[in-house]
Amino acid sequence: MLDQTEGYTTEDGRKIGGVVMEMKNITLRFGGVVAIQDISFDVREGEIRAIIGPNGAGKSSMLNVISGFYNPQEGEVWYKGEKRPQMKPYQVAQQGIARTFQNIALFEGMSVLDNVMTGRIRQMKSGLLAQSLWKGKAEREEVENRAFVERIIDFLEIQHIRKTPVGRLPYGLKKRVELARALAAEPSILLLDEPMAGMNVEEKEDMSRFVLDVNDEFGTTIVLIEHDMGVVMDLSDRVVVMDYGKKIGDGTPDEVRSNQAVIDAYLGVAHD
Amino acid sequence: MAQSSRGADGLSSIPALLQRNAAQFGARPAYREKEYGIWQSWTWAEAEQEIEALALGLLNLGVDKGDFIAIIGRNRPYFYWSMVAAQSVGAIPVPVYQDSASDEMAYVLDHCGARFAVAEDQEQVDKIIDIQDDLHQFEHMIYVDPRGLRKYDHSKLHQFAQVQEQGRAAKDSLMSELTARRDALDYDSTCVMLYTSGTTGKPKGVVLSNRNIIEASKSSSEFDHLTRNEEVLAYLPMAWVGDFIFSIGQAYWCGFCVNCPESPDTMQVNLREIGPTYYFAPPRVFEGQLTNVMIRMEDASRMKQWLFHTFMAHARKVGPAILDGKSVSGWDRLKYKLGGLLVYGPLKDTLGLGRVRVGYTAGEAIGPEIFDFYRSLGINLKQLYGQTEASVFITLQPDGEVYSDTVGVAAPGVELKIAESGEVFYRGDGVFEEYYKNAESTASTKDAEGWVATGDAGFIDEATGHLKIIDRAKDVGKMADGSLFAPKYVENKLKFYPNILEAVVFGNQREQCTAFINIDLNAVGNWAERNNIGYASYQELAGHPRVLETVKEHVEEVNRSLAEDPMLAHCQVHRFLVLHKELDADDGEMTRTRKVRRGVISEKFEELLGALYDGSEEKFTTTEVTYEDGRKGSISATLKIVEAQVVPVAQEKVAAE
Repeated sequence: MLDQTEGYTTEDGRKIGGVVMEMKNITLRFGGVVAIQDISFDVREGEIRAIIGPNGAGKSSMLNVISGFYNPQEGEVWYKGEKRPQMKPYQVAQQGIARTFQNIALFEGMSVLDNVMTGRIRQMKSGLLAQSLWKGKAEREEVENRAFVERIIDFLEIQHIRKTPVGRLPYGLKKRVELARALAAEPSILLLDEPMAGMNVEEKEDMSRFVLDVNDEFGTTIVLIEHDMGVVMDLSDRVVVMDYGKKIGDGTPDEVRSNQAVIDAYLGVAHD
Repeated sequence: MAQSSRGADGLSSIPALLQRNAAQFGARPAYREKEYGIWQSWTWAEAEQEIEALALGLLNLGVDKGDFIAIIGRNRPYFYWSMVAAQSVGAIPVPVYQDSASDEMAYVLDHCGARFAVAEDQEQVDKIIDIQDDLHQFEHMIYVDPRGLRKYDHSKLHQFAQVQEQGRAAKDSLMSELTARRDALDYDSTCVMLYTSGTTGKPKGVVLSNRNIIEASKSSSEFDHLTRNEEVLAYLPMAWVGDFIFSIGQAYWCGFCVNCPESPDTMQVNLREIGPTYYFAPPRVFEGQLTNVMIRMEDASRMKQWLFHTFMAHARKVGPAILDGKSVSGWDRLKYKLGGLLVYGPLKDTLGLGRVRVGYTAGEAIGPEIFDFYRSLGINLKQLYGQTEASVFITLQPDGEVYSDTVGVAAPGVELKIAESGEVFYRGDGVFEEYYKNAESTASTKDAEGWVATGDAGFIDEATGHLKIIDRAKDVGKMADGSLFAPKYVENKLKFYPNILEAVVFGNQREQCTAFINIDLNAVGNWAERNNIGYASYQELAGHPRVLETVKEHVEEVNRSLAEDPMLAHCQVHRFLVLHKELDADDGEMTRTRKVRRGVISEKFEELLGALYDGSEEKFTTTEVTYEDGRKGSISATLKIVEAQVVPVAQEKVAAE
């Protein structure tokens, strides 16, 4: 069933692999409200996949289905060629899917470094006792994980706030710290919920560059929700468009841009 | 002049000094850089190997003798190695300001005809790719950080580590060529070419020979008794002559360790971690640190505030005297010691200046209160006066003879002369060879006897024997009534207030002086927060009535102090306005070393300048701004023009002048 055909090559020469995740006929209801109605799409390995749509279209609900926070009433999620059973979010995380949140969910009182370290929890195997005694394996593990986290701190250029409590940081940097924590989990799929919301032009440009670099450097597959159309069109390889819980378009940015249903629902009158 | 083409002990080039250091104390640290949260270090022996591998790699890429190699990046060991590797193969390193916009970079690369460039990362590589079509002589680019560059066409693009790798692989065939080229270097060969920022016109390429750099480094190191045990933090732009002298000239001559910060934003933290013993910073850095201390003290508990203020008052009274070794009563000494334990020591440590043995500031005048603050803490902060054309050192303040308003005595090996016009001239071993491809400017700056015009007006202070600088010679003008107009002098007085970041004073050939002022967002923003003044932008804060009121008080205080000096009483500021944007190098209003470009500013803000003189009370204006990525936008505002009180000047005083 699963379409494992060879991938494609993007305009800028990146090789996109086969399908890594597929959503099949997903329907999600909250009581009588239908948040997502019969939506299907796939995500290919190494690609930047965007989900767009007006407010209330069901984008975040979709992301929450992928991350296991919601379980859809109908439909199936296929991941790496297997149908995924009902899972708790932590189980999904263990499968290599990490995410950031629209409203930033960091530990405000902890330092940036400690926040990012929490992203490594999946890689820490030593027990409670060993960790509290701080001997042998626990110490070795912490050193290894710290080294990994330092590379991410360097990558995202947040060395200057390493020891700063997150609560004292401006919004744009918090977003970056959240991305760092997600990356620390070495995800194979990274889910970004409105990574540029509320940012100024410069912060958006920085964040776009980081998203591209993460994809390029680590080969991470990225699924993102974003409002800023300019950003979406520049960043993504393929775009799913949602409106009132339904899928109304799916394709490359150019295809989506010229899709009449999409123009009517989301873009309104074309600007140029 | 009969000069030997070889330096002392045959050490006539930087590569020769490198070999000496690696042979004599190869196990001592030469470079440190913080990366991934840990200080990584390289010994002199390791540095020599890195540089040799890179030099071989450069030969392998086809670098010829006399080629120019542009070096574009922030202070990292790789770029210092690149400079020395370039010298080793007979090429000339040309460090370029890494925050230059593409067209500024294009000018420099085109002017020197660089065939090669060593660039830091994607940002710099992109800039060069943008301009390389116009640079017909340009061939290869080497980059350090591969991030984002994987998909680029690599036919003319090389990774730093790979160039070294290829160099190591080709060692057998290329080593003899490298040795031959390295041994051919003598005192007359070019060591480096540095572009001056230029407050007017296009930058000029200053050619400095090995003699210039090594003699200047040697005599200045001896002047301050620098040894191989010094620690310095390299954080000032590599394209600036000061960094070249401190981090290469003196570092190689003495053999001390150069520490590179983790990122530009971590400089303050890294400063604390390293605790340099030899430290240079322009006045604005010291000002910024002091402002931060004061802001943080206001948040401290009452007890701490009391301790701080009590002991700082005592430090101001006796600290400088103790530092200069003058006699101070035993009781005062004891109290100062106690203060050291409770306040000065911890404070110096926080500032990262706890171990500073020799500290310098230069480039601009430093406010006396700021200068005294650091000296009273027991930090041996001194002033020097220098230029790119002099390989930095023209005058220096000796230990024990430090004043906030002089720049010191002639540096060892330097002669000084004050011309009729008041302009300062000097000559010595550090004097540059020429401006590259600009014989006309060379001739107008340096005469046949080797005297160089500084472009600054100054005089020798009779009481101290030190040189005092008044202003840029070409900025010193006459007002309409014939009295002296020295804008920089007035601007400096204004800038000594923490609230004022920049000031530009006008008045040449005019009846009265007026000024543009930039507020310091840090200091004024903090004040606004304390006083519950909300603001959304720099522009809004700059136009706030209470901010204008405060600035007005500062201007009036300056006017009162100017009135006491008969020579300068006419430079009192009658009217001023607070600009709606910060003066910025990206908009061409300042140089990359942050000196104001008067000409550009008075043209660009012509209508505002007009409004200062036509009696209007406010003026609407629209200004074009350039963003960091080169795009343009505009901001507009209605600026209030403020009248400041001036002290009337008696007419006889002027006549007496």
